[in-house]
Amino acid sequence: MRFIFKTDYDQDIRIVKHGGQAFWYGLLGLFLLAAPWLLSEYMLAQLVFVLIYATVGLGLMLLAGFTGQFSIGHAAFLGVGAYTQAVLTNAGWPFPLALACSAGLSAIVGIVIGVPALRVKGIYLGIATLAFGFIVEEGLARWESVTGGNAGMHVKSPAMFGWVLDSNTEFYFLCLVVVVLSTLAILNLLRSPTGRAFVAIRDSEISAQSMGIHLARYKTTSFALSAALAGLGGALYAHKIKFLSPEQFSIIQSIDLLLMVVVGGLGSVHGVFLGAIFLITMPQLIAMGKDYLPDSVGQSPGLQAVVYGVVLVAFVMFEPHGLYGRWLKMRTYLQMFPFYRAGMFRRQKSFQKSDRLK
Amino acid sequence: MQFLQLIISGSAQGCIYGLIALGFVLIYKATETVTFAQGDLMMLGAFAGFVLMTLLGFPFWLSVLCSIAAMAVFGVLAERVVIRPVLGQPAFSIVMLTIGMAYIVRGLITMVPVIGTETHTLPVPYKDMTLRVGELVLAYEQLVVIGATALLCLGLYALFRYSKIGIAMQASSQNQIAAYYMGIPVQRLNGLVWGLAAAVAAIAGLLLAPITFVHANMGYIGLKAFPAAVVGGFGSLPGAIVGGLIIGIVESLSGFYLPEGFKDIAPYIVVLLMLMIKPNGLFGEKLRKKV
Repeated sequence: MRFIFKTDYDQDIRIVKHGGQAFWYGLLGLFLLAAPWLLSEYMLAQLVFVLIYATVGLGLMLLAGFTGQFSIGHAAFLGVGAYTQAVLTNAGWPFPLALACSAGLSAIVGIVIGVPALRVKGIYLGIATLAFGFIVEEGLARWESVTGGNAGMHVKSPAMFGWVLDSNTEFYFLCLVVVVLSTLAILNLLRSPTGRAFVAIRDSEISAQSMGIHLARYKTTSFALSAALAGLGGALYAHKIKFLSPEQFSIIQSIDLLLMVVVGGLGSVHGVFLGAIFLITMPQLIAMGKDYLPDSVGQSPGLQAVVYGVVLVAFVMFEPHGLYGRWLKMRTYLQMFPFYRAGMFRRQKSFQKSDRLK
Repeated sequence: MQFLQLIISGSAQGCIYGLIALGFVLIYKATETVTFAQGDLMMLGAFAGFVLMTLLGFPFWLSVLCSIAAMAVFGVLAERVVIRPVLGQPAFSIVMLTIGMAYIVRGLITMVPVIGTETHTLPVPYKDMTLRVGELVLAYEQLVVIGATALLCLGLYALFRYSKIGIAMQASSQNQIAAYYMGIPVQRLNGLVWGLAAAVAAIAGLLLAPITFVHANMGYIGLKAFPAAVVGGFGSLPGAIVGGLIIGIVESLSGFYLPEGFKDIAPYIVVLLMLMIKPNGLFGEKLRKKV
């Protein structure tokens, strides 16, 4: 068990809390820097996907996990970012500018959807974002002069002033830089007054309002930031996948993104990364497990849906804090051995928590 | 004439949306849970009807009754096993839970050998029959949908108005704790509400099946029932049906008069407009939290 002796108020909001954290994150950083030379080509590609989904997940986590606003149409922002990046890169723009534009355009779209969100709450908001997601998907499919419609469109490699990032290693480092910067941005945001306001809104809108938090402004900010990160992730996704078509940004993708933050653990930045790793490795695990199952089950197209469904149900029922919550429990168990009690992380059950009167 | 024809086919489709939305609203009123599994319960009901009619060779009426009863039991069991343990968690966790349920149901259906991955037609006695009234050509399938929905609405109205159980359900949806103090078994009622919602979903599935086909992805239609529920006001039973009709008619008209592509997103545009203008829906009540 580690006890931190606090001598300064700044210690409360420090990102790196103690030496142990500095050591482990330093080690993780070194591994990520050396990854292109340690991992095989295939593993590196998977790692790139994890980084991309983590960027998108950071955005969704900010919105769902820290502001308490749920979006069932987040793939729309992903799509807006991806298509913006594709169009701008194909037009020959340098990639940093194109990335900024993708994030910016997604953020603007996020504000547009955030405005109705000021009036609606809870499930109504979910349905508004769901509706919005469908409209964007259909728009991408129908605006053929720009997006290529259902036939799809090819995306060039990111380039800047004659320097083309066409090797996997270069692209990996681009993703790594984006992810590290967005993670640091989110961590800093969360310890700033804005981030505190988000968390206050999540916990109770009425008390947040009574404390002088401008609900409309902060909710819109949250939507915009979340959409910007999703757009940034979408831009990287466009380069990684090299071919865009509207059905990549359907409701299934939105639900996958939600699955990622719920399985990772709502309300923790670590959860985003654990969730992204889960989302990327799960199809591989299923593919591996297929061979051991009878044909009617193993070859059925619904196998992945069943596994996802079971995992989702199991996490909501037995581990609502997600993978990160499980890790916290394991760590506490080891730290306090043998004094861990089963009920230490139990939440209070509230039976009369009504969403209707909010 | 064309217009009237479109209105009628739109209302038939709208009745289906309305019935699925009715399931959402029943569950939402009783347990404050929003379920995403309603469309897949409908799919399951249609499959149950299909299996009973063709593979087991039951007569039409018997298989309809059996599949509705089976789905009601399924609904009660689902509530008991999956939903009840997590009540009291944030609403969104339960939404994710029902999404998971929907995934499981859809995936399991595709695993059933032979029938799971194919599309089937439901052999109903009124298949492909039409009724001519003047210049109108009305398909029996659509008329049956409208008629059955009307009957079901009457039945539900009677249930909630006159039966003891219906009044108890209303009481517990207004205030669970007060209902509990009055000796109403709230938890058992919640189970029954899930059963009722699943039975309504099964009816919707059996009505929809002759118009489209029976296949594993027919549950996606449930996503269009959300706009219906919101337009009607999420907590109102007649609102669900009216919302469904509005969505169905708008969809059918926009499919004919507007350029291609608008048919699929018209319901969502309607719901976004509704949320901007009147977020509580047509029949929704405005409630505020008192501090």
